[in-house]
Amino acid sequence: MQSPNVTIIAEDFGHLISEHRDAEGALLPILHAIQDVCGYIPDAAHPLICDALNITQAELHGVISFYHDFRKKPAGRHVLKVCRAEACQSVGGDAVAATLLDRLGLDWHGTTHNGAVTVEPVYCLGLCACGPAAMVDGRVVGRVDAAKLDALLAEAGV
Amino acid sequence: MKIFVPMDSAAKALGAEEVVAALRVAAPDAEIVRTGSRGMIWLEPLVEVEIDGVRHGFGPAEPADAGGIVDGTSARALGPVEDLDWMKRQSRLTFARVGVIDPLSLDDYQAHGGLAGLRRALGMSGQDIVDEVKASGLRGRGGAGFPTGIKWQTVHDAEAPQKYIVCNADEGDSGTFADRMIMEGDPFTLIEGMAIAGIGVGATRGYVYLRSEYPDAIAVMSRAVELARKAGMLGADVLGSGRAFDMEIRKGAGAYVCGEETSLLNSLEGKRGVVRAKPPLPALEGFLGRPTVVNNVISLATVPVIFEKGARAYADFGLGRSRGTVTLQIAGNVARGGLFETGFGISLGEVVNDLGGGTASGRPVKAVQVGGPLGAYMPVSRFDTPIGYEEFDQNGGLIGHAGLVVFDDTTDMLGMARFAMEFCAVESCGKCTPCRIGAVRGVETIDRIAEGDAGALTLLTDLCETMKDGSLCALGGFTPFPVMSAVTQFPDDFARQKEAAE
Repeated sequence: MQSPNVTIIAEDFGHLISEHRDAEGALLPILHAIQDVCGYIPDAAHPLICDALNITQAELHGVISFYHDFRKKPAGRHVLKVCRAEACQSVGGDAVAATLLDRLGLDWHGTTHNGAVTVEPVYCLGLCACGPAAMVDGRVVGRVDAAKLDALLAEAGV
Repeated sequence: MKIFVPMDSAAKALGAEEVVAALRVAAPDAEIVRTGSRGMIWLEPLVEVEIDGVRHGFGPAEPADAGGIVDGTSARALGPVEDLDWMKRQSRLTFARVGVIDPLSLDDYQAHGGLAGLRRALGMSGQDIVDEVKASGLRGRGGAGFPTGIKWQTVHDAEAPQKYIVCNADEGDSGTFADRMIMEGDPFTLIEGMAIAGIGVGATRGYVYLRSEYPDAIAVMSRAVELARKAGMLGADVLGSGRAFDMEIRKGAGAYVCGEETSLLNSLEGKRGVVRAKPPLPALEGFLGRPTVVNNVISLATVPVIFEKGARAYADFGLGRSRGTVTLQIAGNVARGGLFETGFGISLGEVVNDLGGGTASGRPVKAVQVGGPLGAYMPVSRFDTPIGYEEFDQNGGLIGHAGLVVFDDTTDMLGMARFAMEFCAVESCGKCTPCRIGAVRGVETIDRIAEGDAGALTLLTDLCETMKDGSLCALGGFTPFPVMSAVTQFPDDFARQKEAAE
């Protein structure tokens, strides 16, 4: 799901861009559409976006780099987001995150050697009454503990 | 046999999908209706079975319970859901339908009072609509508490070829999930509220800026907008009135600061989510420079019930200048966490100890952070503070979006203060210096305090004053609330570090 689609070509970007270019404030919808297909925002798409929206490369770079969501390179096959916010901290979220990073030998935003999982911090998933919370590729998990982490990682192929 | 199981993401996170699969095996002929959550998160997944027209609850359910739930022998039985203490003690206005109806059924929606408000509004002039909202006393539920009717009046009075309704669904505050729950559990009420706002102020277009961390809410809202358009609730001719209003769902991109309204507008325009200086007010120069109503999800989702039952009926609830109901979100280390809607005025202590049942860990409560990452840590000694905008302000706090995060006595408040600064540093948009640089220096200064540098505390206090007075928006301006409340209310946590170093 998150893996890069190497076969994507300029015409495909053109199609994704033209689908949204007439929307008011088209840039975020375009970037999301491209990332949904490619898993990241390839450099090859930049000139096409700039041309369609009449913005400079600098403006585009400014937007892509501002938001946590947009990637400049592909993530692992699965993205595991772990909540670091206060409600999850109050029920031991810090320890869960530390165990996870330690087990994988990664820091935040790191990807396992086999490319299976990228681990990212997230600041609130709205699961504050059933924390610690996590999300794997859009699937939410509550009351995460060591056992649940093991199951999630095994499922992801770590 | 009719069975109800929530599709709210909190229920899903606790295994609702697995329970549904088991129920389908245990009762292949049963009709399984997916609903929102009743808000009793500690009982999720909460399965409800209709027996003689009354819905009986079973929870928290696990797949192994399916057989017992179907034949009525399960030890998870809770009795009729409406008779549970948590439900009986609430005044559910905004959340009346959440957990009850199928969120994507317009028939269900109308059978439970939906569209009555919009129909009434369509028979009123724009000014009458604005006056009704003013009379209800509704104030912004996103945190600032600005009177919604006054904001609407400004946009109503502005002349422009195009006006907009923008719903702020960038619910990034830890401890808050009311927006998510209503979008997943009763999306049409938000759509109806936005339509009433549009008709009221003369805006024909609306956007919901919905954070990307809520994929389930995005899916439900997007589908609901399609269904509403198909049913003529949105479009060029709203419910056959000849008046136009249409809207779409826009996905955020993971920036906390975009919950600030001007930063949100920049993001919606496709720019960096950098804060704008005010004035100009978004009500006059908002989205694409046009007059724009920017309201929180709960504010807009409350509008339909105000028009259905009348402004007076709504304003009858509440305390002082805080009229109507507050949708409390009880979270963190708490025995009974969830959503509880009640009139303003209930005390903080009653919410935490009585409703919430104290901590989940069973240890004494140390502090409650009210209003998200920018809210103050309230000590137990302030538990008699009534939940109200002014009442909290007088006690050094803010109610914000009415999320409460409970912490037990093992919590290190210096660590929490440091986290507040770290979070501000990570999420600062970078426009103003007190926030961009102050937050980074704040982390360093708290580290110095931890190492036993007593002089650093004065520096931290001074830095917090600068951030409070000099920041453009609430991110830099309110981060001092959690930091300084931790310092003043829990001085031992800051002094103890010093002793350790000596």
